[in-house]
Amino acid sequence: MSVEAREARQPWILLSPALTAVGLLLFVPLLFIVVYSFWLRTASGADQVGFYLDNWNEALTDAFYRDILLNTLKIAVITTIVCALMGYPSAYFIARSKGNKPLLLLLLMLPFWISYIIRTMSWINILGVSGALNTLLLWLGIIDEPIQMLYNETTVILGLVHYLLPFMVLNVFVSLDGIDTTLEDAANSLGATRWQAFTQVTLPLSLPGLAAGSLLCFVLGAGTYITPLVLGGPTDAMFANLVFEAIITQLNWPLGSALSLMLLVVLGLLVMIYNRYLGMAQLMKGLG
Amino acid sequence: MSSVTLSNIVKRFGTFTAVHQTTLEIPDGAFVTLLGPSGCGKTTNLRMIAGLLDPTEGEILVGGKRVNDVPIHKRNLGIVFQNYALFPHKTVAENVAFGLKYRDVSKADVKKRVQDALDLVQLPDVGDRYPKALSGGQQQRIALARAIVVQPDVLLLDEPLSALDANLREDMRVELKRIQDRIGVTTVFVTHDQSEALAMSDQIVVMSNGRVEQVGTPQDVYNRPASEFVANFLGASNILPARCLSRGPDGALLDAELFGQVTVPADKAETVPGEGPAKLVLRAEKLLLMAEGTAADGMVTAPATVETVDYQGQTVRYFIRVGDRQLQAINLIDGHPFEEGTGVQVGFRPKDCSALGQG
Repeated sequence: MSVEAREARQPWILLSPALTAVGLLLFVPLLFIVVYSFWLRTASGADQVGFYLDNWNEALTDAFYRDILLNTLKIAVITTIVCALMGYPSAYFIARSKGNKPLLLLLLMLPFWISYIIRTMSWINILGVSGALNTLLLWLGIIDEPIQMLYNETTVILGLVHYLLPFMVLNVFVSLDGIDTTLEDAANSLGATRWQAFTQVTLPLSLPGLAAGSLLCFVLGAGTYITPLVLGGPTDAMFANLVFEAIITQLNWPLGSALSLMLLVVLGLLVMIYNRYLGMAQLMKGLG
Repeated sequence: MSSVTLSNIVKRFGTFTAVHQTTLEIPDGAFVTLLGPSGCGKTTNLRMIAGLLDPTEGEILVGGKRVNDVPIHKRNLGIVFQNYALFPHKTVAENVAFGLKYRDVSKADVKKRVQDALDLVQLPDVGDRYPKALSGGQQQRIALARAIVVQPDVLLLDEPLSALDANLREDMRVELKRIQDRIGVTTVFVTHDQSEALAMSDQIVVMSNGRVEQVGTPQDVYNRPASEFVANFLGASNILPARCLSRGPDGALLDAELFGQVTVPADKAETVPGEGPAKLVLRAEKLLLMAEGTAADGMVTAPATVETVDYQGQTVRYFIRVGDRQLQAINLIDGHPFEEGTGVQVGFRPKDCSALGQG
């Protein structure tokens, strides 16, 4: 075999374990779900094998599903914006800190050592009726009886921001850390104030990281079901909760499959549009 | 255009003193080079003039005005950084126009001045390209264009040629000097490369360990080094222990190891106070190898053996043994270089050497 042929084969050999895992654990089950979505749940509770469009008909025409889907996207967008606004300054601080960068990065990773569910539930101890905040306010005499702060859309967004912020910070950090700081010196020397140097040079150069972090936050936020389950009220269900409900509670696998595929397709389309119009991949190529 | 003055400048980083009390006068329109090995404080000085670092003590004056408290963006300087620091997301024209945005310049003028600057650096047609699409030498020129388009009071060059390969570096050296002559801007150039410093500067400031060793024209620092460090840093020198026997109007009479009595011209022995210990400085280029028995009129000679021959094309560098010392000689090649192990005669003219006082 020629050197070129060997070199051409090499990436595939290196990729094969990952491709096998992804294929067997992701694509094959996904195929099952596609097949399931065309089966039918009968009144007796058994699944009827066949090719029925009933589930899809229900998922696509029922306004209930549409509203929850839109609400899910709205919550994901708000979460992403909050993460971007909070995460960017933190990432900038870490990227520009001199000696203690490794420590700060370690602190950023620390939350990942604790289960996301535990972290989400911790808010109950903080914001709950007998939680820390209420206890403090009662003790200070600011309120006379506990306030119900939990179980609304705000606490869902709060929980999601708590969960997703590190992803945003990491992505922005990586791109900020790669920017040569002499570029800011150069901008300053040419007459730009520090703020102008930031908006003219650093911010545009860090946009790829901000875009990647935003995409990650949006997709993870839109697909979550734990946070609304733990921190949301009865009306704050997100789309993944519907899938959970259909499959786990009602044992209606065909409908659950159709709903989950629907979310997958919508998010996939949004990601494609995002990449197409924000052209981040192109921008990255331009920067070499 | 303005003069630059460093007055009793000290820069400390924690307990480390990067620049010891330094006073320096850079005249209006001059091309002054800060020369020294890495860590000598030359870049620290440049960054303090730029406003990228604050001096711990002392004053910096530009055009006679104290600028210690003037932030960098108000100092009206042009800086060319070692890695060029071109903005990768902006086109060449946008890069060059960057500084004009913060000065009251009309749109039409911006266009004209950007084009003039690109013409000056001889890259008139690259305005629409991105920096990444240019070669290192071209990026270097764009960085220069960006720095001078704002008509800075002072142009600061931080080792701008060090990232270029050897041939390009020599071309750019000529080019840079041509442009500086043309616009006449006061220029402070930082380098560790002695040949760059000698070729380009009106004045060279030789620095070592945070201190100024010598300030002078290229000829001054080359021919009349004021310290052993300067003698060694600008080209290779042989430094021999000697004793000054007498000092008169026509020179200092030295009794040097290996070569005996030598009369060093008075202007090259200024640091020798009079009778007492001194050092004889022999440039490697001035130490000539000759076949044994050659008549050497007016030369001080000694017998020697060639130990190592380092062939460099036009020239050859010899390491020779004279008595118990190894000396270095760089000679033009006339015919064939001497071979290793050959016995030769080495000599120099007294007017070509210089002397240093002890200590």
